[in-house]
Amino acid sequence: MGGYVFPNEIHVNWGLFIVLYPYITGLVAGAFIVSSLYHVFGVSDLKPVSRLSLVSALAFLFGAPVPLLLHLGQPLRAFNIMFTPHLTSAMAGFGYIYSFYMIICLLEAWFMFRKDLVIFSQKKKGFAKRFYSLLTLGAKDISPEALHTDHKVVSVLAVVGIPSACFLHGYVGFIFGSIKANPWWSTPLMPVIFLLSAIVSGIALQILVYSVSCKVRKVEIDIPCLVAMNKYLWTFLIFATTLELLEILHMGYEGKSEWDMVRGLITQGIPVSYLGVQMGLGILTPLVLLPFGRAKRRSDGVKKTLTVACGILVLIGVLAMRFNVVIGGQLISKSMAGYAQFHWTLLSDEGVIPTLGILAFPVVMTLVLVRILPPWLEERKVQIADSKVTPLSARWELKGSGK
Amino acid sequence: MTKDKLSRRDFLVSAAKVLAAGVVAPAGGLAAAQAVLAEGKNAIQEMPVQQLWAGKEWGFVVDTQKCIGCARCVKACKLENKVPLDEEVFRTWVERYLVFTDDAGDEEVRTDSPNGGLDFKQLDVAPDKQFFVPKLCNQCHNPPCVQVCPVGATYRTGDGVVLVDRKRCIGCRYCIQACPYGARFLHPVLKVADKCTWCYHRISHGMQPACVEVCPVGARKFGNLLDSNSQVAVLKKKARIRVLKPDMGTKPNVYYIDLDEVVE
Ligand code: SF4
Ligand code: SF4
Repeated sequence: MGGYVFPNEIHVNWGLFIVLYPYITGLVAGAFIVSSLYHVFGVSDLKPVSRLSLVSALAFLFGAPVPLLLHLGQPLRAFNIMFTPHLTSAMAGFGYIYSFYMIICLLEAWFMFRKDLVIFSQKKKGFAKRFYSLLTLGAKDISPEALHTDHKVVSVLAVVGIPSACFLHGYVGFIFGSIKANPWWSTPLMPVIFLLSAIVSGIALQILVYSVSCKVRKVEIDIPCLVAMNKYLWTFLIFATTLELLEILHMGYEGKSEWDMVRGLITQGIPVSYLGVQMGLGILTPLVLLPFGRAKRRSDGVKKTLTVACGILVLIGVLAMRFNVVIGGQLISKSMAGYAQFHWTLLSDEGVIPTLGILAFPVVMTLVLVRILPPWLEERKVQIADSKVTPLSARWELKGSGK
Repeated sequence: MTKDKLSRRDFLVSAAKVLAAGVVAPAGGLAAAQAVLAEGKNAIQEMPVQQLWAGKEWGFVVDTQKCIGCARCVKACKLENKVPLDEEVFRTWVERYLVFTDDAGDEEVRTDSPNGGLDFKQLDVAPDKQFFVPKLCNQCHNPPCVQVCPVGATYRTGDGVVLVDRKRCIGCRYCIQACPYGARFLHPVLKVADKCTWCYHRISHGMQPACVEVCPVGARKFGNLLDSNSQVAVLKKKARIRVLKPDMGTKPNVYYIDLDEVVE
């Protein structure tokens, strides 16, 4: 390490906040896709998490722009990105793509939960009653026909949502992949790599959110659901890893002049976070362990432990991947003759503590949102049983809103 | 806002003054230039840009054979453009290259630019080859920094200078990532992107950029490439020149005379 770094590159310009930005957006995209696997592709095993993952996608979506905003030198001008967008800039799309996606998610959540909102607005008292009443936006018809329409709209939104989710995150990859000045970023594979790692992290997040929620609510984890997530996590992890390795092997095999710098970065600049955490802990370990976590012979306890542990490892690994891309890329000096140093700070300059705070925000948002929009199925069945819903719609509810 | 157009006569008068300043300033007539500046300021500020830009394509030539690494340019630039002296950010800087060749013929290149070249240390060993390379924004014809700016705060003027609009920049620093030359930084006080402007406030008044003005050996040359008699136009035509990182497709507008191949 060391060597000659251009004087203006001594400070790493994009710090930990910018590491969080692709991380959180990735979790959104991934969570949304889990929800859609059930709603669009009819993966019925995933029913127990489908509503939960939409709610957490929404919560993380609220958190996504926070690190960006706090990173700006002129945060008060943030909306200029939408008022005076510069169309050749990949970043200029952020405001629009984000807003569009937010609208899709909000609409989908509204239609999905509309019946609950109506029931709450009838059953609750006082402030809660008024609050839910407001959330229904006056649409209180929960006749079977109305619910059927809701359900159709949800399916359509989920279908529109998938390409939007892919676009939202693929686009984040493009922000980095299109920077020709940076050999560690500049690759057309970047959007796809980002998208796949986003899906991987989103599934891992759902494994975690779901198991924790079951634990807290003292209900049994639905093992087929967990096994299904295990399977999807493993499959997408293979795709993601293939592309990540392809990129690096290709660069190494071609051995163009910038390869020396990239190799130096991997072996000396970020060996722990890249080879150790991203590749070893975040990819290799779960790739090996996940199949054991869903093998028929294993007890439910083993399945739970292994799958959840792998979920956590994958979440850490993807965070490390974001770090390695965002910070790692800036360590390579454009002088191509040396490496900058990244300085960890606690508070100032996008330090670790505010970073953890920003990361905690969507988690807290999830907690808040599941209170407002309880996505749990068991309670739903109870509600349906004692609400005045017609039998037809009840039957539809219990069969699942998927088909 | 009513913007009074210049009358033809006014324009001719101020153009003559500007021209005079252009001739006088390089000869050290800073005071004279300033006098013109004081008088002609409003005229130029109110001039429609098309008129200001007409017939101009600024160019910069660096003669690496001449630079002695005194870094006066670095200091002058910081003072002229109010870039904090004690922060490690630079609109221009000077790099020192020391090349050692061992008996087997293998080269080792040591490059440094401590505090942008203001703090070079004396050498204790003599290299086989050494030289200095002044660096600055290349005012690229095809600038990636402009391409990526999400709000259009950074733009290229009609006379060939890439500028940052400080009232629009949101400080996202995407342009800093996109510049292949490390020419940009976040202004530590203003929190907006900053970079060399070739002293646009000076050149628009017919003066030379501060770094060109203070260079004691004439290693930095600046002028109008469209004027075939200007020094830069002649050098660009006749000297052996190279631009930095041509493979980036940025089409730089700073031309280096006798640039060694180790320089990126
Ligand atoms: S040198 Fe960098 S900052 Fe200057 S115009 Fe080119 S890309 Fe932009
Ligand atoms: S830092 Fe300013 S000039 Fe640079 S890309 Fe962002 S908004 Fe544009």
